[in-house]
Amino acid sequence: MPPILRVSHLSKVYKGGFTALNDVSLELKQGEIFALLGPNGAGKTTLISIVCGLVNPTGGTVEVSGHDIIRDYRPARELIGLVPQELKTDSFETVWNTVSFSRGLFGKPRNDAHIERVLKDLSLWDKKDNMIMTLSGGMKRRVLIAKALSHEPRVLFLDEPTAGVDVELRRDMWRLVRQLRDEGVTIILTTHYLEEAEEMADRIGVIRKGELMLVDEKDALMRRFGQKRVTIQLSQQLTAIPAAVARTGLTLSQDGRALLLTLGTTPAEAPVSDLFRALALAGIAYSDIETQQSSLEDIFVELMREHA
Amino acid sequence: MNFHAIKAIYMFEMARTARTLLQSVVSPVLSTALYFIVFGSAIGGHMNAIDGVAYGSFIVPGLIMLTLLTQSISNASFGIYFPRFVGTIYEVLSAPVSAFEIVAGYVGAAATKSVMLGLIILGTSTFFVEVQVLHPVWMVSFLVLTGITFSLFGFIIGIWADNFEKLQMIPLLVVTPLTFLGGSFYSIDMLPPFWRSVTLFNPVVYLVSGFRWSFFGVSDVNIAISLGMTLGFLALCLVAVWWIFRTGYRLKS
Repeated sequence: MPPILRVSHLSKVYKGGFTALNDVSLELKQGEIFALLGPNGAGKTTLISIVCGLVNPTGGTVEVSGHDIIRDYRPARELIGLVPQELKTDSFETVWNTVSFSRGLFGKPRNDAHIERVLKDLSLWDKKDNMIMTLSGGMKRRVLIAKALSHEPRVLFLDEPTAGVDVELRRDMWRLVRQLRDEGVTIILTTHYLEEAEEMADRIGVIRKGELMLVDEKDALMRRFGQKRVTIQLSQQLTAIPAAVARTGLTLSQDGRALLLTLGTTPAEAPVSDLFRALALAGIAYSDIETQQSSLEDIFVELMREHA
Repeated sequence: MNFHAIKAIYMFEMARTARTLLQSVVSPVLSTALYFIVFGSAIGGHMNAIDGVAYGSFIVPGLIMLTLLTQSISNASFGIYFPRFVGTIYEVLSAPVSAFEIVAGYVGAAATKSVMLGLIILGTSTFFVEVQVLHPVWMVSFLVLTGITFSLFGFIIGIWADNFEKLQMIPLLVVTPLTFLGGSFYSIDMLPPFWRSVTLFNPVVYLVSGFRWSFFGVSDVNIAISLGMTLGFLALCLVAVWWIFRTGYRLKS
């Protein structure tokens, strides 16, 4: 199946000379959730803005379902929905009118049943006649999502969709995003909540200083860069670690009350059995074992540090 | 052609007028009615007829034109400036719409509002003074043409302005003085020869003169020149709007 979104050698240099994107290439499959991660100013929003037609690229091409976003912008844009990072809403409009407006703007005939379904999915139905200015920040965020879904897009950009929203709404959004993915919608998500990306994404891209550092399946990425930390709480404090135990890679904590080990996440690399055998032979008793798996956030922070 | 988008923008803008009826319709009608009371009924009774037309009736086309110009500019400039100001313009720029469709929606709505206002003021004037329209087709044509042209001009101002002060600057400091000095309340033939020549550089003279001709069959300048100047300004505005969308001026980085 051809990619739904193909970004080829995309570059953007702003007037002042700032390079926001440098030779970015990326392909997305239909029906996947792709998380684009990167620190502030990395180029995430610029990339989204170019695909959506808000910023002109200085080089490269973008195709949505085979349609070039500049030469063939109409069919390309019809397929795209965008939820911007900031809460940009028509304060004096009602929820129903603003969502219906978006559908018309994207060239779709009136379809009250679809708008009703979208509003109900986003728990906005009972607010449909409310002016947007009367809604809370979380509700306004839902309105922006409803607007983006009003014309039934096949590619949905969510630029920091859960910034400043409560846990309940965040979980609602995650549920909705998964539902959309199951319906075949491709979702590109940027977020600073890395547990969100870890929870939802099928693939992850990391961008830094306008360059796409890596793109990989989330599970593969976790295996490749993830680590497991083992902490063995000792029954008795040690002043030094026996040589046979030290050979397994274990180190003694500063207070002498725990042994520590960092392992790769691939089972072949984890000599757990050797470790406990060495402890038994050395006569070291332990009261508790704790393991901690690196999160995507740990991996992200480590990647950023390595490439600083 | 994305007709759904044109309709969506047009209806959105018209709904804004309906929400702000006092400001959009009642206020300009009331202001113009006051002009009629002061200049038409009170002072007009003591003025001589101009070109055989009673003074109260003579100022009707000029007053309609005054409202038409200011309202076209203010409606269209606010219509495009406000989404830029609050950021909702992102949606229009990311939609599958052409520059023509965007302009048709915003300018079409602004022109509709100002033409409606012009007709309401024409109706209001009949309560105060006697009005005749010798060439109704030309009257409506001038009304629509001027409404579209100055709505386009307002659209350009709305794109150019990057704060509310700039948004008001051209209508208040340029258009209103030009309209007052453009023969709205007098025939330019009443001016001394030097000032008459200077006034001919004022484009509003041609609009008011042509429009007045459609009412009374008398004009300060030839009707063909009036029409030519209006069409010329329309062409200038179209070129400016084309350039804005071609370069993305103040819309895209």
